Formats: sequence, structure tokens, C-alpha cells
Amino acid sequence: MKDVVETPGEVRVNDFVIKIGNVNGTGSASANGLLMKAIFRMGVPVVGKNLFPSNIQGLPTWYEIRITRDSYFARSGTADFVVAMNAETYARDLAEVSPGGFLLYDSTWPRPDLHGRSDITAIGVPLARMCNEQFDNARTRVLMKNMAYVGAVAGLTGIDVEVIRGLVTEMFGTKAHLIDANMKAIELGLNYVREHYPDPLPLRVEPMDGTAGHILIDGNTAAALGCVYAGATFGAWYPITPSTSLMDGFKSFCEKFRVDRDTGEKKFCIIQAEDELASIGMAIGAGWNGARAFTPTSGPGISLMSEFIGFAYYGEVPVVLFDVQRAGPSTGLPTRTQQCDLTLAAYASHGDTKHILLFPANPKECFEMAVQSFDLAERFQTPVFFMTDLDIGMNDWMIPELTWDDSYRPDRGKVLGKDELEAIEKFYRYEDRDGDAIPYRTLPGVHPKGAYFTRGSGHNWKGGYTEDSDEYKEVLDRLTQKWKNAAAAVPAPVVIKCGRPARRAIVSVGGCDGAVREAMDRMAADGVHLDYLRVRGFPFSQEVDDFIAAYDEVFVVEQNRDAQLRTLLINETSADKTRLIPVLDYAGMAANPKFIVEGVTAHLEIVGDSA
Amino acid sequence: MTSMPKPFIDKHLPKNRLGLSVRNYEGVMSTLCAGCGHDSVTAALVQAFWELDLAPESAAKVSGIGCSSKTTAYFMGQSHGINCVHGRMPSVATGANAVNGKLHYIGISGDGDSLSIGFGQFAHAIRRNLNMLYVLENNGVYGLTKGQFSASADYGSKSKKGVPNEQTPIDPCVQALTLGAGFVARAFSGDKSQLVPLIKAGLMHKGFALIDVISPCVTFNDHAGSTKSYAHTYKYYHPLVHTDFVAHAEEITGEYADDGAMRVTMHDGGELRLRKTDSDYDPRDRAQAIETLMLGGSDGEIRTGLLYLNEDMADMHAANRLPEAPLNTLPYDQLNPGAGALAALQKRYR
Repeated sequence: MKDVVETPGEVRVNDFVIKIGNVNGTGSASANGLLMKAIFRMGVPVVGKNLFPSNIQGLPTWYEIRITRDSYFARSGTADFVVAMNAETYARDLAEVSPGGFLLYDSTWPRPDLHGRSDITAIGVPLARMCNEQFDNARTRVLMKNMAYVGAVAGLTGIDVEVIRGLVTEMFGTKAHLIDANMKAIELGLNYVREHYPDPLPLRVEPMDGTAGHILIDGNTAAALGCVYAGATFGAWYPITPSTSLMDGFKSFCEKFRVDRDTGEKKFCIIQAEDELASIGMAIGAGWNGARAFTPTSGPGISLMSEFIGFAYYGEVPVVLFDVQRAGPSTGLPTRTQQCDLTLAAYASHGDTKHILLFPANPKECFEMAVQSFDLAERFQTPVFFMTDLDIGMNDWMIPELTWDDSYRPDRGKVLGKDELEAIEKFYRYEDRDGDAIPYRTLPGVHPKGAYFTRGSGHNWKGGYTEDSDEYKEVLDRLTQKWKNAAAAVPAPVVIKCGRPARRAIVSVGGCDGAVREAMDRMAADGVHLDYLRVRGFPFSQEVDDFIAAYDEVFVVEQNRDAQLRTLLINETSADKTRLIPVLDYAGMAANPKFIVEGVTAHLEIVGDSA
Repeated sequence: MTSMPKPFIDKHLPKNRLGLSVRNYEGVMSTLCAGCGHDSVTAALVQAFWELDLAPESAAKVSGIGCSSKTTAYFMGQSHGINCVHGRMPSVATGANAVNGKLHYIGISGDGDSLSIGFGQFAHAIRRNLNMLYVLENNGVYGLTKGQFSASADYGSKSKKGVPNEQTPIDPCVQALTLGAGFVARAFSGDKSQLVPLIKAGLMHKGFALIDVISPCVTFNDHAGSTKSYAHTYKYYHPLVHTDFVAHAEEITGEYADDGAMRVTMHDGGELRLRKTDSDYDPRDRAQAIETLMLGGSDGEIRTGLLYLNEDMADMHAANRLPEAPLNTLPYDQLNPGAGALAALQKRYR
């Protein structure tokens, strides 16, 4: 084991993982983002995963950049090139380096123990020493150390420094001194490795044409854009990780697009509520009053909102909830991802309640389904849950550029205007005039004939208070029918056939998509061929039911401990639960194909079957 | 039991400028106990709306849970109403108001609804200076669950079974004053002559207007030893400021009318005339208002009237730079930036 790069193993071009271990609050996020974006700009597909602590400063943080010429879009779960910037996690980071992989460490200090890892190559770069020599201010030295490893990694793997220079210039705009300082640090790292490690590593980034027409964006930002394009005018929220950036995004887009330049008037209203009890109430008040209204939150927020959710369900008030799921229960792991609110959201609130859920799998679907969520909420006059998660919401994903159809018009649902009210003899709020279980509603201030009383207490089809069993049941039964009718209106499932006769299939949801597809490829190489359906809406459409019925066994792949998607499938389809095999990952990290391959393989071994 | 409409006969009743009688401002039959203070508040609200010539559809009624909250069904049947969950009417009012500020928002709550689970929302609606009239029908007791003390029950006040309350009370008016409310009043359901002008003034106030109405519960808190009974309230009733509301006032000649009343012009037109019954009391002095109410706790006097008024505070709409046209009326093409803008925007993500 030497401090030089010797015997390069198999050369891997555009197919490896860089993992940077750092200390939270040292400015590493911008350095890591810079590396990732530079690779993306070189035309090479990337997957970025930020593994960050629930902390402002001091705890360990990691950033994984998967360089994937095959355009896989899951986390790989491996690390071929580890940049160890955090002494606290050094041993762990070292242990994670793949056999034959590389470790970059700060050689300002004596090289730490390699704990017997003779199968890897350690590369020392005196990052701190060089930055201390070149920069005066203590904070600057810390920040620039990160930029220095960007230069070192770029030099070692072939990331184009001119692309990095272009990005740094865009990042700092007119602040020339910041551009100069950052480029100086980057060149410190770059020049050092060029001088000391002149031979290129076998891990190489080479320009290709794999990112044309694509963008790097996180799901919360894309969902926020969807809210703007849907015409949402009201958002209420209470800050909670990992949903905060959704409202930050909505605010910044609204300030860009919806502020009158002459008067300063804002064609939107965002209220930071005192808590989630209030934020959902505000969104409901705005929805009741005819605005497209939403609230972004996470699982703890949904728990707090539950009483109001039942009110909006029973009173039939449109509202959209964005649940950016994080690992529970309780406070759980606030900065780790899970799909653990599925059953909570499906039946949120006391009494018999059932809701409409949408499951985006990536930022592109976040944009599109945000718009669909508002259409469904107003069409069905009910809360709609947009079920995303921390991985989709907060990580940058490579997706095809978002497009918009200018002929789109919002589906505002059945709302009677002044003339329509004038023309009818009498208005009854909960009358099923069209036989589709969706009544007409009216907005305050339009016409005295449209007045009605929205209540969470028992009411009849006229909207009047009732304790009469038959009147009460009539409304409840119509709500069930309305919910069932939504099955045909939610986004259809996506089905991918393996192209061979398959006796088994996978059903999954949301952000597991990339891991499932990659696992299918890996298993196919081993002769295991599975079809795949990804649910995108709840209630489940008939297609989901039919798909499951067509296979001997279906692996239900999801990120929670209790197999919540499977529970919903058992509850709401005719699927035989003994044929629904749970494949679960609840470690809190973005899904990688490994747990799926292992889960499926283990089951096949048990049943003594290979396909 | 269903919502019972009231028989509608009004041909001999006087009409307001809209050609409507008070009957047009009523709702369904009250299901509260006979003699409940809340029904008097309901009647005062009907009277105030009628006298102000407000179109019924220009009002939106909001409430939470409890006896008081039920009353939004008993007035203004031609107005939209929403009777939501316990203590959280202010949030619904906030969202509704944000997207259409042209309506008159009237919230009805109680001491149970506002001062326990609803205490946070009550406080934050004040902090936002939400433009609404917030009527707190205060009886010191939970009626629907048969007589538990509420958070406004005075220390030492006795329950129907004779058990004294041993917790200190929350005074909604003191709280509102310390939180920065611009309109704070206390009234008594038994004095309609005081209550109706206060409701009118509160409706015309541009910002959060609180009227804490002592509204006795005849079934569970109207006995000897209770400090929220009719007898106790009549005995210790102490009007500090007399308020008259003059709609569409003409000839405003000076700050004080001939009768010595202080004149205040309201944003929506109309004028308030405040006559002090205590010569030293200044309803423009927040500190004095707080001091007076807090001292009032020790001598047992129930000081009523428009205790504090500040017409010059920016409301939630102003603070959020909301447009004149309600958000819920903005056409979609003003909200959607379009395909071109989306394409241009994405340069930053490449």
C-alpha cells in the first residue's frame, strides 16, 4: 500500500461513485453540487444523494455522486472514490470504499491508519495546509478546503476544469473576487494532483452526450413550480424538514412571476402559520373560499392536521397537502427518507375517511402531479395528498426538461356562479344532481341563494344539520362512491413488461422506481424475469387489480417497515394477500437496487424457484 | 332533529336601504337553552347587520366548536358559514380572508373554543391583524359537556355543585391588548344597547376586532357564587366608554361632537362616537386599558365598552401586499407564466 496510484485496475469510464464525507455547516454542499453539475454539463448522467444530519453545524454529512453512463437513476449503494474530510467518520468512510477503490485524504496531517485496507489506494492531498497558506480568514480557509478537493477530484478523474470555471462564474455572477478565490482553491487541488499523481485514475469522467434536453432539479422545487402553473394562489405552512424548500420554491417563483412591477401587489398569499393545526385550517379556509390552496408538510404535520383533514373530507372542501415523507415514527429521522405515511394519509382522520393520494416518483412527476392534485381536489371537492419523500424532494435529479401545454385550463370542478344561481329555484349543497356523487358548491359573496353552511357535524343532502340515521348514511355513502369514482381519475399506473412470459411481478411506488428498474436489469442478467407496475394514484384503478391477478406472486417493494403499500393493496383491491410478498427497505437512505435483488432472491430460494 | 327554519313573516316590519327586514338576517331556529346569553348576541348581530344595510351575501360566518360556535347557523341564513373544528376558526378565517378580503368576516367563538385549544390561533390571528370581527361569547363554563370550568372562569367562582375554581383565569381582552389588537371591547349579552353599536363598529374596523361578550350560561353557570351569572354581571357591570356608530356620517366638524364624544372615522365610512363614562379613561391608551382591566380583576367590577381602538394599523392584506381584486377572482392567465417562461427558467437547472 503506497501513497501513489499504482496498477490501475479495470478502467471504468463514466460508471463509478464518488462519496464525500464531510462536516455539516462547512459549506460542503456547494462544493459537492459543483462537482455533480460539472459532470452533468460534460454530458454524463449523474445521480446525487445528499445524506445530511438533523443539525446546523458539526455533525457528519455525506454526498454521493453516482456517475452513470447507463442513466440509472437510483443510488448505487457503493463508493468507489471516497473523499474523507471528516475525522469523526474516517473509519466508517474508509470501510465503505469498494475493493480496488480510492481514498482521498487531507495529508496536512499524518496519514491515518488504513485499518488493513490493502485493497485500496490512498491519495493524500494537503488541502488544509495549502488553503491555510493561501487564504487569511479562518472561515474562508474552511470553505476553500472544500473547493480544493473539488479541484483534486477533478484532476484525478478527468472532470473538465473549464466546465467548473463556467459554473463558478455563474454561481458568483458579478462578484469577481469570489470567483477568483474559489478558482484559486480549485486550482490548488488540481495542480497538486497533477504534479504528484500524474497518471490518471482508472475511474474516469469523459464527455458524452447523455444529458441533452435534461435538467438537474429537486422534487420540492419542481412541485413548487407545479403549484405556480396550476394557478395556486394560497399556501400556508409551518417549517418542517424536508418540506420547507417546497414553500421556499413557491415563494421565489411567485416573486418572479406574480408580483406587479408597478404596484408591488402580489398575486399570491403565503402565510407561515403558527403550527400545522393552523396551516391546514388556513388552506381549507382558502379552498372553501374558491382559491387553489395547499400546504406542504411532512409526517408529523399530517398527524397534527388529521382532525381538519376529516373536516375537509366530510365538508367537501378542496385542499392539497404535500407530504414530503421522512423516517418516523415520532420525530424519527428528520433528514432521512421513507415512504412511511401511506396508510396514515390514505385514511387520515377519525371516523370513516378515505382520501385521494398521488405518488410521484421523480421531480418531473412532481411538477405534473402537483397540477393534477389541484385539478382532482377541486373536481372531487376533497383533500388530495401528494405523497413525495425526502429523497425525491431534496435531492437533485436528472430529468427531461419540464414542458408545459399552454392550452391547459384548470378543472375548477362544479362551482355555481351568480347567473347559474339566479336561474335555479333552490340550491342544496350536497345534492347529487348529476348522479356522479359530486355535488355543486358555491362561493361566499356571490349570491344569497348560494349560501350554505359547511359543518363537520352530521348533515343531510341539503346541507342542514341532522342526527337522522338515514340522512346521515346517505351522505356517507355518497362520499364512498365519490372516492371510488376517483380511481379512474388519478394518474394511471406505469407498467413495464420484461418481454418474456413472467409468473412474478413487482408492484412498487414513488421513489423506489429507479432501484426497481435497475434491480430488474440485474436479476434479468441472472435469469430472473419480472414484470413491473408502479402505482401512481390511490384509490387504485382497476388496472392495478387486474395486473396483480395476472401473476402467481407479486413482490411489493416499498420503503417502510410495515409494508404499507401492501396493506393498501390488501384493503383496496381483490388481491390475495398470500401472493403479495413484501420487499422492504426502511433504513432511511434513498433506495438502491440491492435490497430488491436480495429480497426477491431470498424469496425465490425459499420457494425453490428461480423465476 | 334537523335544522328548523323559522316561519318567515315580515310584511309589517321596517325595511333597511336594501329593502330587507331583520327577518332576512336571521338563520334557523336556535337549539340553545331558553334564556341563553348567546341567543341575545345572535339577536344583536342580526340587528347590527340589518342596521348597517349590509347585503347578507357580503358576510362570511366562521366558528369552531361549542354552544357559541353553533350560533353561526342562527343568524344570516343567506350568508355562507363554516363551522369547523375546535378552537381553529381563526385559521379558517385567515385563509378565507386572504383570498377574498371584500367580505365581512364574522367569527363566533366561546371561552372554551378560544382560550384553551384555540388560544394559539386566537393570539396569532391578532398578531396578523386579520380583518374580522371576533365575538367571544364568554360564560366561563363548558355547557355542552355539562358544566366543567373553562379557562375564563374566575378564581374562586363556584361551579353548580359549589366547588370553587382554583386556577387563575385568562382574560381575552387583556391578552388581545398585549398582543397588539387594534379594537378591543367587552360587552354583556344583557345590554343590547351597548352591544349592537359595538358589533357595528367592530365590523367596520379594518383589522382584528375583539368583542368579549359576557354571555351567561343559564343551565350550568347562572347560580349564586358564579362570577359569570346574570345577577353577578348586572351587579358589577361598569360601562367605561359608550359607543355610538353613525353610518355614513356627514358634517364631521371636529374631533369631539357637541355632546363631548370623541369622533373616529372608520375606513369603510361611518363614524364612531365614543363617550367616556369614566372621565379619566382614554380608549386610545393601550397601557391604560391593560392597567384598568387588570386592576378591575381585584375590585370585581366588569369594565365594558370599547376599551381600546387604533384605526391606523396595517391589516393582513396590507402586510402581504395583496391586490385589490380578491385572489379567488384572478383569471388563470394572470397566474400561469406559460410554456415560454418555463423553458427560460430551466436554464438555471442545466
